[in-house]
Formats: sequence, C-alpha cells, structure tokens
Amino acid sequence: MAVNTEKNSYTVIFAVLMVIVVGSLLAFVASGLKPMIDENERFEKQQNILYAMGVNENEGDGDVSFVPTTQVEDEFSQYITQQLVLEGTEAVEKENAYLINVEKALAKAKSGEKAELPLLIGEKDGEKFYIIPMYGKGLWDAIWGYMSVGENMEIKGVYFDHRGETPGLGANIKQRFFMDDFKGESIMDDNSYVGVEVAKGNNDPLNSDKEDNQVDALAGATITGNGVTAMIKESLKLYKPYLQTIRSN
Amino acid sequence: MALLSKKDANLIKDPLADNNPITIQVLGICSALAITAELKASVVMAISVLFVLGVGNVVISLIRNIIPAKIRIIVQLVVVASLVIIVDQVLKAFAYELSKTLSVFVGLIITNCIIMGRFEAFALGNGPWKSFLDGIGNALGYGVILVIVGFFRELLGSGTLFGMKVLGDPVSKTGLYSIGYENNGFMIIPPAALIVVGIIIWVQRSRNRALIEEA
Repeated sequence: MAVNTEKNSYTVIFAVLMVIVVGSLLAFVASGLKPMIDENERFEKQQNILYAMGVNENEGDGDVSFVPTTQVEDEFSQYITQQLVLEGTEAVEKENAYLINVEKALAKAKSGEKAELPLLIGEKDGEKFYIIPMYGKGLWDAIWGYMSVGENMEIKGVYFDHRGETPGLGANIKQRFFMDDFKGESIMDDNSYVGVEVAKGNNDPLNSDKEDNQVDALAGATITGNGVTAMIKESLKLYKPYLQTIRSN
Repeated sequence: MALLSKKDANLIKDPLADNNPITIQVLGICSALAITAELKASVVMAISVLFVLGVGNVVISLIRNIIPAKIRIIVQLVVVASLVIIVDQVLKAFAYELSKTLSVFVGLIITNCIIMGRFEAFALGNGPWKSFLDGIGNALGYGVILVIVGFFRELLGSGTLFGMKVLGDPVSKTGLYSIGYENNGFMIIPPAALIVVGIIIWVQRSRNRALIEEA
C-alpha cells in the first residue's frame, strides 16, 4: 500500500477512524450482551443474599457454593418473605427492593438525605432472618456484602465480595474460612451496636470466643480487613433505628 | 515439531528459556509480584495473557503497515484494551463465574509490559503467523515463571495448592504441622515473589553461563 503513514493528516484520520470503529464495536458488543449480563448479575445478587442467610450448597470444609442459577429464582421467592425499604424507623414494603443500588442508598443516607435503604426479611426453619446489605471500601476498590442477623442480633451468616482486592490476600474475604467466622458473633456489646471487628491481635484463630465482637484477621490483608470492620460499622449505624424496633418487640 | 519450521519453533521455544520475558528481559515483573500469592490466580493470569498476547500480536501484525508511527503506542493500547474488554463482556454474559475470577486481572493485563513489548518489538515488524507464534511463546514463558512462583508462594506461605491443604491443617495441627512446621507468612506478601524470581534467575544463569550479562 502506498500510503504515507508519516503525514500528519493521515495520523489524524487514522486516529479518528480508529476511535469510531473501536467505539462502535465496543458499544455494539456491550449493548448486545447487556440483557444476559443483567440477568447474571440479578442471579448473583439473589445467590449472595441466600448465601448470607445460610441457603447454599456448602459441603463440609469445601469452597463457597451457591444455590445453582437455575433454581435461585424459585428459592429466592421461597425464602425471602418480605422486601422492605427503610426511612428511619419506618419500613415500607417494596417489590424488588434487593435490586436497589446499595452504594448510592447508603451514601445518600450517610449524608443525611432521604434514602431508601433496602432490608430483606427471610424465613428458614421457622426462624426470622434480617438481611442487611453493606457497602464499603477495601484496599484497592469497593467491597460489599450481606449480613443476616436473627432477632437477638446474633449474626446468622455473612457474604462478602470485592471488586479488586489482591488475590490470595484481601480477596480471601469471600472465602469460607473468613466468612464462617462471623457466624454466632453478636453485633451488640451490651446495648450499643458495635458490629464485629476484624482484629489482628485477638489470639483466637479458631474463633471460639463468640462474645468478643471480633473475628481473626487475614494475614497480609490489613487494609481490606479494616475496610470490612468499617463497612459493618457504617452500615449498622444506618440500620440501627430499625434494628432497635425489632429488639424492643 | 514437524508442523513448524525450525525458525518458527524457536519463536515459541526461546521465550520459554533463553529469552524468557521475566527472567531475561525482566518484563512483566509487576503482575508477577501482584498475583502469585496463590497458584490458581497464576494459572488464570497465564491463560488470559496467552489469549490476549496471541490475538493482539496477530491484530497488530495485520495492521502494522497502516499504523501511523507517531501514534503507534496509542494504537497498541487501544487494541489491547478493546480485546480485554470484549473478552470480559463475553465472559460476563456466558461464563459469569469465570468472569468474576478474571475481573481483577483485566487491569493488570492491559498494563502488562510484556504485551506492549512484544507488539512494539515483534508484531510491528513481522507477519501474522510469526507474530502469533511469538505471542504464544512469550505468554508461555511468562506463564511458566508465574506458575513456578505461585507454586512456591502458595505452598510455603499458606501450605496449600489450588486451595487444597497439602501439608495438613495449621489450626488443628495435623500432617507436617504436628511436628512443628509453620507457614512462612512472609511468602504471601509481594516482596517474596521478587526473591523467588531472583532465585529462578540465579539458577537459570548458573546453568547457562552465556546468559550472564557483562557488568
């Protein structure tokens, strides 16, 4: 081809064409796949919520295992009995509250604006589970999760996830050996909502002490661990008014 | 290797040993440090880079005669970034679980110096088939080191391989741990990777003295 690739005009034209071609290609791919991606994300949310209330396919000491995507919708509607949004102590039922963007809702509520905080109520074996969504910051990027508590404010289960924590270190917050430690811890210390701290020096690697509001931290992931602590604390602060009404009932 | 001429075969073989991107060219060190704390992540990263480098090299090679020299680096970046994004989107739609494991690596693949290095040094001056082989070879060379480092770091640091407890249980003191063995916490932090890579470089150069650079 006898094009002079050194010319400025050629460079500009090439750059413009490249942007148009690549841009439309990516837009085409993204919009074509969007419905499928959205559905996958919805299933994932349902799986995570069910996981936090102990509906999962974990076996023995094995890896985290969710309800299969083919069944998740049925099981979700079976176990989740109420979907609420909170404004202070007021709770209103709202369809598909679990799809509310937790990041935005929490940020709004934190800055004192009116916000719809989602809260799900599940029922399993006659027990009630209050499932609180959480959102916070790890070392590199966002972390989020769900925590289910019983009426006595004891944690029944948690699920954590992250966008970009270091594999093998901070990313281990979504491993069972970390998440299982939260089970049985109380988010209350006497009468204050302290949450659960990811603590480095609690000398309790087996996590047999369930009264200390602490779980054992991950080696090499201090900042991610602190992020989890902060995330639990911040979210609890916003849900506290409602949780108090459950306790007093 | 009857399929490939000797020259072509060398394109794959050289980067595996005597011209390894990590240990000889010292490229791609950043990701080798960041993600080798466990073996699974190393393998996933190796496969992703294999794909991106193989396809990217071919694309760059195909358009090498029409790329304006002044903005070639930007063009290379665009090619890598779009490839990675497309792969990520397709996985999200059809293999959601896998995409979640990979998402962490997307940013790391784009900034991997080996990819830009091979585009710049090879694909811009060679045909598509040769470039493809070069891409595969270099990605394999990178992957081999990644897996070796990941193996030692996970084994010595956490006592596991692919998440399986191969040395016994450190908490309930079974297996090796019953006779006083302890995991080396140092191995799971990034500097340990630098030391493992350093040892590999040392072993390789003491076996093949021709590789030692003159001071």
